[in-house]
Amino acid sequence: MTLLVALLLAAGLFFHAVAALGVLRMPDFYTRLHAVSKAETLGVLLTLLAAALAVGPGLTAVKVLVVAAFLFLANPTATHAIARAALRVGVRPWRRESPEAS
Amino acid sequence: MTVQALAQAAALALLAVVLVYVHRVAVGPTVFDRILGVSGFATSTTVVLVLVGVLYGRVEMFVDIALAYALLGFVGALAAARYFERTGTRR
Repeated sequence: MTLLVALLLAAGLFFHAVAALGVLRMPDFYTRLHAVSKAETLGVLLTLLAAALAVGPGLTAVKVLVVAAFLFLANPTATHAIARAALRVGVRPWRRESPEAS
Repeated sequence: MTVQALAQAAALALLAVVLVYVHRVAVGPTVFDRILGVSGFATSTTVVLVLVGVLYGRVEMFVDIALAYALLGFVGALAAARYFERTGTRR
């Protein structure tokens, strides 16, 4: 059980780290949003699954899974809203020939 | 290695991840970078709250706080995105 929790936590932390790396290093807003949206959704799902396993069966584990399910739905929705707002306001996507246009 | 020690290590690693989002909120060139940073901050902090609950053996309390924090972060990101979509960005 502890080994499974450790494995799930390690996998989740890996995806969290990938999301943070993308936010830190990607060249413009849309690519950063892309990194956060997907990597962090999967990382949250894995880490909260590990937490639910650590708690053991019962109502509390179900609540942890409810938090995971909510974040699984809410994170892409918020990302989509932010991306649409940026596109309508006119944030320009990154081009290789003009790296300063962000 | 106990589950509590694992939760502590994971929570500390996630706090390092949260620092990256704080950096993005501080320096982000556009206002949408800052909204993205706050959204990621809220999501990561939700996980940190649940892990702190595992660490102290009080998950039944901390999971409610985490759920409230996730809802607030989601609504806040949506509201900020809709606001700046309507008014445009003024710096």
